[in-house]
Amino acid sequence: MKQENKMVFSRRNFIRTSALASGGIIIGVNFLGACKETAAPPVDIAQLNFQDFNAFIKIAENGYVTIFSPNPEIGQGVKTSMPMIIAEELDVPWEHVSVEQAPLNNESFQRQVAGGSQSIRFGWDSLRQTGATAKLMLIQAAATRWGVEPNTCTASDGVITNGKGETLGYGDVVNDAAQLEVPENATLKETKDYKIIGKDATNVDIDDIITGKPLFGLDYVAEGMKYVSVLRPPAFGQTLKGFDDTEAKKVSGVTEVVQFGDKIAVLANNTWAAMKGKKALIPEWESDGKLESTEHHDQKLNALLNGGKLTIAREDGNVNKAFAEADQVVERTYESPFLPHNCMEPMNFYANVTADKVHLVGPIQTPAGTARQIADILERDEKDIHLEMTRMGGGFGRRLYGDFAREAARISDLTKKPVKVIFSREDDMAAGTYRPAIKYRIKASLKDGKVTGYHLKEASVNSNMYGLIPNFFPAGAIANYKVETGNYQSNITTGAWRAPYTNFLAFAEQSFFDELAEILEVDAVQLRLDLLDNVDEGADERIQYSASRMKETIKLAADKGNWGKSDANTYQGFAAYYSHNTHVAEVAEVTLENGLPKVKKVTVAVDCGIVVNPTGAKNQVEGGVIDGIGHAMYGDLLFNDGQPKATNFDAYRLIRMDETPIVETHFVENNLSPTGLGEPGLPPAGGALANAIKLATGQRLLKQPFAKDLGKISKDFKS
Amino acid sequence: MGNYSLKVNGKTVDVVADDDTPLLWVLRDELNLAGTKFGCGIGQCGACTVHVDGEATRSCLLPAAAMEGKEITTIEGLATDDKLHPVQEAWKEVDVPQCGYCQAGQIMTASAFLSKNPAPTNDDIRQAMNGNICRCAAYNRIEKAVAIASKNL
Ligand code: FES
Ligand code: FES
Repeated sequence: MKQENKMVFSRRNFIRTSALASGGIIIGVNFLGACKETAAPPVDIAQLNFQDFNAFIKIAENGYVTIFSPNPEIGQGVKTSMPMIIAEELDVPWEHVSVEQAPLNNESFQRQVAGGSQSIRFGWDSLRQTGATAKLMLIQAAATRWGVEPNTCTASDGVITNGKGETLGYGDVVNDAAQLEVPENATLKETKDYKIIGKDATNVDIDDIITGKPLFGLDYVAEGMKYVSVLRPPAFGQTLKGFDDTEAKKVSGVTEVVQFGDKIAVLANNTWAAMKGKKALIPEWESDGKLESTEHHDQKLNALLNGGKLTIAREDGNVNKAFAEADQVVERTYESPFLPHNCMEPMNFYANVTADKVHLVGPIQTPAGTARQIADILERDEKDIHLEMTRMGGGFGRRLYGDFAREAARISDLTKKPVKVIFSREDDMAAGTYRPAIKYRIKASLKDGKVTGYHLKEASVNSNMYGLIPNFFPAGAIANYKVETGNYQSNITTGAWRAPYTNFLAFAEQSFFDELAEILEVDAVQLRLDLLDNVDEGADERIQYSASRMKETIKLAADKGNWGKSDANTYQGFAAYYSHNTHVAEVAEVTLENGLPKVKKVTVAVDCGIVVNPTGAKNQVEGGVIDGIGHAMYGDLLFNDGQPKATNFDAYRLIRMDETPIVETHFVENNLSPTGLGEPGLPPAGGALANAIKLATGQRLLKQPFAKDLGKISKDFKS
Repeated sequence: MGNYSLKVNGKTVDVVADDDTPLLWVLRDELNLAGTKFGCGIGQCGACTVHVDGEATRSCLLPAAAMEGKEITTIEGLATDDKLHPVQEAWKEVDVPQCGYCQAGQIMTASAFLSKNPAPTNDDIRQAMNGNICRCAAYNRIEKAVAIASKNL
């Protein structure tokens, strides 16, 4: 079954061990290299060195284990859950394990983050193999010591036991184990024997976070470092004609002002002086006339939907024939605005460019790519670039883009000083890489009480849905099915934003199904189950969702969320969506307060395979659902002459505690390989909420943010 | 450029900084107390919350020079004698953080609030915490942790 995500790998490609001078063993793992979905070519082990590994396990002579977590933490919990997988197979008590960020200053840049909720999915097989292999080596070392066969020994909780009941701790044999060949035949545990996986483990960095330790990029300081504020063109489409820095240079603490490209950097002895210096600059901007406004984007996207040039992303059967033969055709258009990421920690990066090396430190999700780009810009050898990752105060896609790191590198190169570029919130929101504005038009045909045709058009800014998204549900469930996409090229920078495309597509489709269910007079949950019954599982390689897993997830959500059984004052809405290899279904509950809807509760069912760390997994789902609701309700970035209209939280509304529902999460229990959770909870949330609001108010919401249309119901609703 | 002394986490420290420098940047850049975070700089997000004479206060808008003679407590000074504050303990018990960036501000708001209202209702908690944004939306857990902390004060 393809959902098992089986990977092909050779252990020799990715595990290597070494004795430590100080006693103990260190085991290097290159799990990303080992886990390409196709088999990696065999690697000559003699040519590997420890720089090629991206995770390490250190077992000390006292039996305590340190796991160096490969992936920096953006908040998705992998720094806890990935080491749990190793510890399970190694079979050590979790209390004996400490987790550290993989050593910094690694010259090889192998520690790339697999974005898109993929860390656990790709790490699952190799992390388990690593733990199991290490355990087998320890058993072999103990067996040799006793002069018995390894297969007469067992190991559990850090202790090896032989047939006579004699015991040795891992620490007792660790130096012998370090001398052994890496074995090929380690067996993995059965899921029923798990002791760590599936149990709650608190975030490994909790103590540092709650006591305010300097963990984040913004907290990094280096000797002699200058704080830098950068003035960038306020509007997309503008360039710098000239500037007067007389007043800026008078600000006490400002040490230097330099231009680079269309930007001006103010260097200072502290952040405040840098920010003040930037405000004192008098720039002169010019433009080539291409300063775009929201109305312009609206027209361009409408033109695409109304007969513009689109590309077919998937086509089954003949939608036009289905529409011609239909009893009824339903068509709706859904609209969403640009969205900034608004990571809580604004963008920032440290750079020190010197003759012998380029030292970079900061929060970045793509260290390898960013290092390469900086080597390019500075015309330096990649070997000179030393990039260290810090913990990240949120990512949501924004830190995939290294613009802020490149700025820091250029400024340090120009000024020959160690610098740290710090974005203000205004900088962060105005120089974004936004979720593009998107419109969907969906048309469906109904005949004899069935959905016979489905045509989805996507009009987006700069780019379109990618990969397998056109094959997500309802692809495979409706015989005549077509997805077409097109985009308008803008000079406003856009990019990935938590659950790219599906963050809005799911809202559009899940709202649309609700309308179809209304028209067909069937229950909204039943309509989805009926459609899933049409799917011939496994018949189409491109279809990655599992109809049976989706049905089970839907039923669990309906059951736990008391679907159809709410009291008279509670209105329910339903949505289900598959993305990032995870199946999710949600029941949202809304009440009316002074005639206005308030979301009270969301019951979520998730099938993400084996749940490695339930508390961490639930935290991701809770965050994803509330994030989805918050942005559907309030998120709105409008443009006027190339300039975003909101640049701070006074004008840009993010969801706050009093607006949040209680999120209750239930997992479908199975033994399938785990899949990611950073994103999949988000896409269904907006649709579930909109469907509940429809029931509560009679208002069918087609546009995000909802606050705009809800504001029309009552002036009391502040949008 | 002003020269003044502040009382931070029980210690008196001398500061040399421009008079208009907000307490936030004095703490972070001059005193090496980076636990207090920058989120918006305009009093909207709560990431920079500290206690001034026991009151939860946004440090991003407050000139440090005006803080002479006041008791300032930051996240680094909330635990006493290595004993975590009940709010910090509750944060651990509930496993609150995602990215963690907003959490110092959340904890400082919650601890000042509970010192005034040790037996809050859920609505009280929601109102008190409404000024602190958590972009990761760990709101359910923050809410729960404040309730738990109120029982362990
Ligand atoms: S940084 Fe002070 S309230 Fe946001
Ligand atoms: S935990 Fe990330 S902003 Fe609150």
